[in-house]
Amino acid sequence: MKKITHWRRHWSRALTIMLTLCCAGPAFADALDDAVAHFSADKFPQTQQAIDEIVASGAPTAPAILEALANNRLLFDPDEQKVYFSDENDNLYDLRTGEKATVESPDDLKKVRLNNAVRGTLQAAQGAMTLMAPDPAKRMASAREIFKSHEPLALPQIEAVLAAEKSPDVKAALSDARAAIIATTPDAPDASRLEAIDRLKARGDQDSQGMLAGIAASAQGQVKAAASAAAASVQARLALWSNVQNIFYGLSLGSVLLLAAIGLAITFGVMGVINMAHGEMVMLGAYTTFVTQQAIAAWRPGMADYSLLIAVPLAFIVTGAVGIAIERSIIRFLYGRPLETLLATFGLSLILQQAVRTLFGANNRQVSAPAFMAGSFDFGGLAITSGRLWIIVFALVVFILLQLVLRATSFGLRVRAVTQNRRMASSMGIDTNRIDALAFGLGSGIAGMAGVALSQIDNVSPNLGQSYIIDSFLVVVFGGVGNLWGTLVAALTLGIANKLLEPLIGAVLGKIAMLVFIILFIQKRPRGLFALKGRAVEA
Amino acid sequence: MIGTEMTQRLLDRNGLVFVGLLLAAAILVPLLALVAPAGSLLHMPPYVVALIGKYLCFALLALSLDLVWGYCGILSLGHGAFFALGGYAMGMYLMRQIGSRGVYANPDLPDFMVFLNWKSLPLTWWGFSSFPYAAVMALLAPGLLAFAFGWFAFRSRVTGVYLSIITQAMTYALQLAFFRNDMGFGGNNGLTDFKDILGFNVQAESTRLALFSLSALALIAGYLIARGIVTSKFGKVVIAIRDAESRTRFLGYRVETYKIVVFTVSAMMAGVAGALYVPQVGIINPGEFAPINSIEAVIWVSVGGRGTLAGAALGALLVNFAKTWFTDALPELWLFALGLLFIVVTVFMPKGILGLLDSMKPLRSPPVIASPTEAKQ
Repeated sequence: MKKITHWRRHWSRALTIMLTLCCAGPAFADALDDAVAHFSADKFPQTQQAIDEIVASGAPTAPAILEALANNRLLFDPDEQKVYFSDENDNLYDLRTGEKATVESPDDLKKVRLNNAVRGTLQAAQGAMTLMAPDPAKRMASAREIFKSHEPLALPQIEAVLAAEKSPDVKAALSDARAAIIATTPDAPDASRLEAIDRLKARGDQDSQGMLAGIAASAQGQVKAAASAAAASVQARLALWSNVQNIFYGLSLGSVLLLAAIGLAITFGVMGVINMAHGEMVMLGAYTTFVTQQAIAAWRPGMADYSLLIAVPLAFIVTGAVGIAIERSIIRFLYGRPLETLLATFGLSLILQQAVRTLFGANNRQVSAPAFMAGSFDFGGLAITSGRLWIIVFALVVFILLQLVLRATSFGLRVRAVTQNRRMASSMGIDTNRIDALAFGLGSGIAGMAGVALSQIDNVSPNLGQSYIIDSFLVVVFGGVGNLWGTLVAALTLGIANKLLEPLIGAVLGKIAMLVFIILFIQKRPRGLFALKGRAVEA
Repeated sequence: MIGTEMTQRLLDRNGLVFVGLLLAAAILVPLLALVAPAGSLLHMPPYVVALIGKYLCFALLALSLDLVWGYCGILSLGHGAFFALGGYAMGMYLMRQIGSRGVYANPDLPDFMVFLNWKSLPLTWWGFSSFPYAAVMALLAPGLLAFAFGWFAFRSRVTGVYLSIITQAMTYALQLAFFRNDMGFGGNNGLTDFKDILGFNVQAESTRLALFSLSALALIAGYLIARGIVTSKFGKVVIAIRDAESRTRFLGYRVETYKIVVFTVSAMMAGVAGALYVPQVGIINPGEFAPINSIEAVIWVSVGGRGTLAGAALGALLVNFAKTWFTDALPELWLFALGLLFIVVTVFMPKGILGLLDSMKPLRSPPVIASPTEAKQ
């Protein structure tokens, strides 16, 4: 019975607040008079009443008064029936007038005491004060806060402001908070609880799930059934969203793999050169980004947001040129000896790493993100980081461009011709040496562009490339050498599979599982997902 | 005169020099260390003994790699894994020998298990208190892994770069696995702080000298076994597989069987190298599985001369000497020099140092075994 009266009291209190809110105004001094009287009574129930009166008064000093009460800085003079509140610097103010006050003997003042019941009222009152704040963002935050705590004492204030609230977002948040409170109050009428449970189910996030599970555990009858059904449904939806979120992470990882591997798909996959220096091309691209940003910061600070856009073509040119130089000076002597190119390019990777270390130092270099890549946003139940999203977009754009170059240009035609049958292509008048050099430059240039993207999510250090080289080779081999679509499918598959495995068995075991899977897969299909057919196979 | 025939088969001119030098080192270094006073030129300082002993283990690893790569055409980028497995087998024996002298003074469990709050010895560690068991495991663990790996890979006819990449994936996966504490092999820190081997203090100079001699003898044994294989009829088929795999298959040989045998033997040799390596350096950790180590081993072989056995060992010794000297004298330049070495050797000296030496005197030493032809286009 006691609980029910408690419940009723809140409703009636809500009503008073609602009424006073509507006609709050210059008449707040009278309400404060009552509050002064109740505070001075030095009894907990009266103090609670006084708190309500403070809130209802609409006085501009109300937040400061409540703050003072919460911090034991609300003082009263029992003889003169006067109440003072002090700020953090011990300045004393008269509660009624809000003006600065001086007291002859501050030591005679008594503190307004608090117990847990009063503290609950006080917290709810403070929440209600922010619920009435003019800034919608603050009201929203407060409503969310109340939703999380679903403190029954806040209900009257919620009810009060809900009717007056104009912003639909805040209104929805308030309704959610109201539903959370009603659903978790055992003595609320069943009908309203069921309604509230429906609302929580519709909201369907982690917090609602927790509340619904709690209700299902404690309630009886209809409410219990409804709550457990709702909890299960929310759980299922959350699991689905978390899988979708993991798939997004997987797409993000897959696009990184794709970026790292796609240049290798040209140099290794199409040309058959095991380019161990591929990772260093990525690294050079990242350092090109760093140098570009430094240069822009030094000479054109206004263009800082465009530095990545400028770095992309620059990185392509720089690493493409390095690639052509490598092809002309080393790799052209080693065609047809794939295992020896592995050694030579590995030596090259050591030289490039050490060169960058000598030039830029061994420490990580800072590459900043432009404004449009910073931050994140929610999409349904997903949290999406802008930077990650842009990398996915960038990877796909690079992939499509590369496909266009290989499929729709005369250069691409020549590259494919040389790949398929070098001597025949040469007989048809194609300058195979030139095509080799350009194709290697293309692959290296793409690696450089990947470096620009990876500089956003990884440390720009001389070792940057090493961490991608093994993964890149696995992607290309898994997808099938000489097949760009295979590289795309392999990168995304490995990325998504990795991220879906991670929550189940942990990151390291997940990675090991992927490696073992690829090893076994290669046994089954020794030439990857999309194997070339015909004579090229034995080449 | 079967003996002479055998000797002639096993030891060509290079081989005689190679085995002779190693034998001399195995005998003279410990002998002189006992006879000559410390500080004299003949008395090798202990750190040099340890250093060269380490290189000899690397040389055995290079030799085992040359057996599969130089003679069977299988470029393994994961041979470091077999080396490390052998090393772990020895490391586990050495850990058990610490007994109650660890930091936690637990007679039953190695320190890291006490630290991880484990109550009993995991199954994988059973028997490692016994040296013979550990020695057998140092052979069996890499051998079984290579057999299983080869069983799948060679029967599926995975060849060329695909095979290289998946061997690399194998060692990478093992590295990640050994990093995990749950694996029960000391996780990130690996196994270290060894005290005794067969009752002798691992730090003592005499133990180091003995290990040095053993490493040299193991290298000789490895060389002779490898020579025995490649000069036999079996070896002729292996070389045929290297030069024309499909043709050999069409002639009726079961290519995968030959490959599995050579690969497994080679892995076991690598395992022995690892087992001898660990007591000399005093630590084994998952870093030994790093793919870069396996690639470096490939470099040793190609520098020394692929398909020459003695050359592979020579390459390992030379590159590691250079590494030690450079990283001490000119640390910044070491990677430049190493990188340049790879490029120069592969572009200009495809047969390595030994190949270069042999080609200088073509008339005097007709090669018994053809060095690998240029890989098939």
